[in-house]
Amino acid sequence: MRAQPAEYELVVPGSLPAVLALLAESPGQWLPIAGGTDVMVQYSAGNLAARKLVSIWNLPELRRIDNLADEIQIGAGCTYTDIRESEVINREFALLSTAAGWTGGIANQNRGTIGGNIVNGSPAADSLPALLVYEAELLLVSKRGERRVPYSSFHTDYRKTQLAPDELIRTICLKKRFSEYYAHTRKVGARNAQAISKVCLAALGRLSNSVIEDVVLAMASVAPVPLRLRKTELVLRGKRIDRPLTNLARTTASAEVQPIDDIRSTARYRAAVAGNLVAEFLEQLRANEKAK
Amino acid sequence: MSESAPRSARYEVSFTVNGQATTSQVYAMERLLDVLRHELSLTGTKEGCGEGECGSCSVLMDGTLVNSCLIPVLQANGASIVTIEGLTAKSEAQELQQAFLECGAAQCGICTPGMILAAFHLLSKRPQPSVEDIRERLAGNLCRCTGYMQIVEAVARVARCGAAR
Amino acid sequence: MNNSNIVGTSVPRLEGRDKISGQARYVDDMELPDMMYGATVRSKFPRGKIKRINFGSDIHWQEFVIVGPSDIPGKNCIALIDDDQPCLADGVVNHPEEPLLLLAHPDRHLLPKAVEAISVEYDSLPAIHKIEESETLAQVIWGADNTFKTYLIEKGDVDAVWQTADYIVEGEYTTGAQEQLYIENNGMIAQFDAEKGITVWGSLQCPYYIHKALMKLCGLPADKVRVVQMETGGAFGGKEEYPSMIAAHAALLAMKSGKPVKIIYDRMEDMAATTKRHPSRTRHRTAVNKDGRILGGEIEFTIDGGAYKTLSPVVLSRGAIHAGGAYYWPNVRIRAKAVATNMPPHGAFRGFGAPQSLFALERHMDRIAEVVGISAVEIRRRNFLKTGQTTTTEQVIREEINLDKLLDRALELSGYHVKREKFAAENRHNRGRKGIGIAAFLHGAGFTGSGERHLGSAVAIEGRADGRVRILVSSTEFGQGTKTVLCQIVAETLGLRYEDVEIAQADTQEVPNSGPTVASRTVMVVGKLVQSAASGIRETLKASGKIGDSYSAEDFRKACRAQVQEHGKFLSVAKYEQPDEVVWDEEKYRGSAYAAFAWAVYVAEVTVDPVTYGVSVDDFVALQEVGKVLHPALAEGQIIGGVVQGIGFALYEKVVWKSGRMQNGQMTNYIIPTSADLPSIRVHFEELGSVHGAYGAKGIGELPMDGPAPAVVNAIVDAVGVPFNSVPLMPEDIFDSLQQRAALGSSQLASLAREKQ
Repeated sequence: MRAQPAEYELVVPGSLPAVLALLAESPGQWLPIAGGTDVMVQYSAGNLAARKLVSIWNLPELRRIDNLADEIQIGAGCTYTDIRESEVINREFALLSTAAGWTGGIANQNRGTIGGNIVNGSPAADSLPALLVYEAELLLVSKRGERRVPYSSFHTDYRKTQLAPDELIRTICLKKRFSEYYAHTRKVGARNAQAISKVCLAALGRLSNSVIEDVVLAMASVAPVPLRLRKTELVLRGKRIDRPLTNLARTTASAEVQPIDDIRSTARYRAAVAGNLVAEFLEQLRANEKAK
Repeated sequence: MSESAPRSARYEVSFTVNGQATTSQVYAMERLLDVLRHELSLTGTKEGCGEGECGSCSVLMDGTLVNSCLIPVLQANGASIVTIEGLTAKSEAQELQQAFLECGAAQCGICTPGMILAAFHLLSKRPQPSVEDIRERLAGNLCRCTGYMQIVEAVARVARCGAAR
Repeated sequence: MNNSNIVGTSVPRLEGRDKISGQARYVDDMELPDMMYGATVRSKFPRGKIKRINFGSDIHWQEFVIVGPSDIPGKNCIALIDDDQPCLADGVVNHPEEPLLLLAHPDRHLLPKAVEAISVEYDSLPAIHKIEESETLAQVIWGADNTFKTYLIEKGDVDAVWQTADYIVEGEYTTGAQEQLYIENNGMIAQFDAEKGITVWGSLQCPYYIHKALMKLCGLPADKVRVVQMETGGAFGGKEEYPSMIAAHAALLAMKSGKPVKIIYDRMEDMAATTKRHPSRTRHRTAVNKDGRILGGEIEFTIDGGAYKTLSPVVLSRGAIHAGGAYYWPNVRIRAKAVATNMPPHGAFRGFGAPQSLFALERHMDRIAEVVGISAVEIRRRNFLKTGQTTTTEQVIREEINLDKLLDRALELSGYHVKREKFAAENRHNRGRKGIGIAAFLHGAGFTGSGERHLGSAVAIEGRADGRVRILVSSTEFGQGTKTVLCQIVAETLGLRYEDVEIAQADTQEVPNSGPTVASRTVMVVGKLVQSAASGIRETLKASGKIGDSYSAEDFRKACRAQVQEHGKFLSVAKYEQPDEVVWDEEKYRGSAYAAFAWAVYVAEVTVDPVTYGVSVDDFVALQEVGKVLHPALAEGQIIGGVVQGIGFALYEKVVWKSGRMQNGQMTNYIIPTSADLPSIRVHFEELGSVHGAYGAKGIGELPMDGPAPAVVNAIVDAVGVPFNSVPLMPEDIFDSLQQRAALGSSQLASLAREKQ
């Protein structure tokens, strides 16, 4: 443990308005901490630059799931366990609940939050590809008011987001329009549990008479931000799934991703596996239609 | 003491540990793990990694399994914490502890308190876990000695006995 | 008198209750009044001369105790085999993380910042980090030629066999560093008192190693140094020699401050700065006849010792002696060397050289099979050692071991032949490629050659005033069951209940030196001595007429009480004597290397995922002959735990180095298997008994480390038809190899080859 607790301040205002008031008063001065599963690791390693923290753990306004007619609204303060255990998320947005089950062990799932995962901005985060393919929208809140932004542009660069210094994510909104889609996700990590992903694919596809009507692909750990594979989608839309198309998708995806060599893996491995994951998805998409 | 760094105030943090109300004067960002071990002398909870990977620091906070090395003590204000000492004193995990002994699930013992907390929590949420469930839900507790089999066996044994009743 | 159901039964672990209730006391659980905390300032450079040490201005240094090389009262070294490793670097740095200065303060939270506030100016020197770099001698960093030790093992006339060979098979095999990753980090508490001297409490395997090191460092006589082992949370060799360093540091701070000092490493420091398994390179050149029989061979075995000698000669020795494995070599030349690099010194880790050389050998056997055109099973059958034959060091195998039958049993248990056929068929159609692989091997228990004689281990058993008996040994418990098994042995020998036997805490003030807890020697060597000492207790009571030839446990207790009352201290001592048949020539490195070998055949079944190139181990059979199983649950636990560490060695555990510094020193990035990564490990024992061990037991602690890596890699090679000769073998490596193969156009050849088999 390399931090000196006496050098840090943590306050617990206890309500969303109180937190927002603090952030408005001194924007950029207070680092919000929810479950702490990212912040506290940095802190313990002596790598946390911030010295003042404001707790947003367990704020009732943020830790709720609302099932509306056309969308579900997941509070940013929901833990991975909350998401895993939500009946409506399991039913309508299974890629997200699956990803939540991949993120750390049970103890960390009980504390880590979806909002924290997004704001931490690691391109390796398991839940973020799912949010991309579900075309999530974020409700951002501050003392100044609320704004709704598409998640797809929220990450601007490696560990950088559109969040203003006085803002928090309040809600993640997922529109209920994917019931006709075949959903598929696969994470490639160094081991079966508690692993930072080397590559992670979330995918949705809709076939009609073996022709791809729509396909949505997103990946983690292959770019500075979670990546939507739009070029690969373009190559696929409107086509019939066959071996040449699958191979084309494989090579397009491998070329579309921008992975790096790092402590966990190599760029060339990630690129190849990214292609393989897309190919695997297409095979399963086709098999799924055949089975119906 | 360094004069340049601001010194924050100590807070009065109150929570219940193993059924007993306790109040400590601590810095807000002290880790719950350190408060348990040093302020309260509850050394059964261990530090193996300080990064929330090994699970040796697992405790129950308001009935939920958490890694105490990742919790700032001020966030535990008002909470109810259970450690290995508490489980032992109340004989709540007696069957599990006995199964650990009989199956050889504890070798060096350093992961054992965390492992028992995790297993206890697992069984409370899923009284009839499959072997796969057990393996998945204990994956956040690393053991270097046993290779896990005898731990899984101990948990499965308790689950089976629970089913039989 | 006879409860002969203690040895051979899974009695409750002696200290088990404390462990499952959180009562067991590890070093960080202990606090002493007025205690300070210590930390180590370490080199960030691999090699250089220290020009200046700067103390940053915003720390109140006057509050800190600061220790440097000039504070060392005795010799600035961590005494082990040589004295070449400094306790604190003095002017010259030879590896990253080398200790330079020590700090202590009452508030542990102030230390990390203070450590960071000390900066060092160096004249850096070119550093070397690999075996090949060391061999070029472009930089000589140790001795005259960067060589800590060499061994030459020669048998028969290797030079004559090349002419007669039908095949000459060559191969080079490498293994990487591996971190022991005990879940409890290294830690020590030291206290100094002018009258009593130094006392240290800590997480450790070998109290007397530390005792010897502290005597020399502090310039103190034997009775002024006391080492006490606390409950130790895993060790695996990682706490064999390293604790002497941290004990030395704590002792120096305690001496200078006059206060007790606790040093506990955090995970990052422990991973980066302490010992790891020696990386290795093995080159085989083997002459084989057309039937696949080994006519002879040359084996070159090289290990990277890091910057100082530490235990490298002994690791080298064991690796060299095991390099020929479980096979008959009529002629062989084994050249072994340990070389220096600017890395933190490598050290003991379960297996101690044997996992490295056996990985190479077992991969090489599969390679020979391929060249000759016979199966992996047949190549082993045709070369297995038989009773009456000699090993590479010309040790005669006297026991009735039948490796052929052991192999048969392993094949049956694993369903090897049926699976192989099935996989060959399935692999043609399925995506996932399945494979199955074998490793057959041995592991010598106890210290090599005359090692046990040099150790001269002594144990004592004390009869107590309450009628119980107490074992006094320096052998330590760190999960493997030392306390339990030794108490079982004594209870069985004396006809007592298991509960009537105690064992003293390993405290050099209380217990004799029964040698270090290493080399799989505890049950076999120390257990035998303990059995002998127990017999001594019984004989004394018989001789004084207090018990007869047959007696109850209660009779014994009464007799013991009476003896103590009459005579006071009641002690029986036993000292090691080398058995006559264990004859060893240290010069020629020839003779009986070990009193006993355990034998094993392991079979691993894997699937290689074509999408991720990841490997899952789907089934694992671990069959071994171990003499006698004294405690089934403990023995099984040792095998499973060792197998999982071996699987980690093969597939998961990669140390990422940059200029000699470990880059992935966190549990997030140094990957060991979780419970979700492993199949059931199916463990089976055979028991031939051994005259040398207590109740016929042989050592088993390290044996399971030797087999998994080659079995798993052989299985992967079986699955994908591409040779792999290094561990750890990561999915990225498999991908790279398959790419290269595809580029060469030989993937078609590979799949044809698979079909042929």
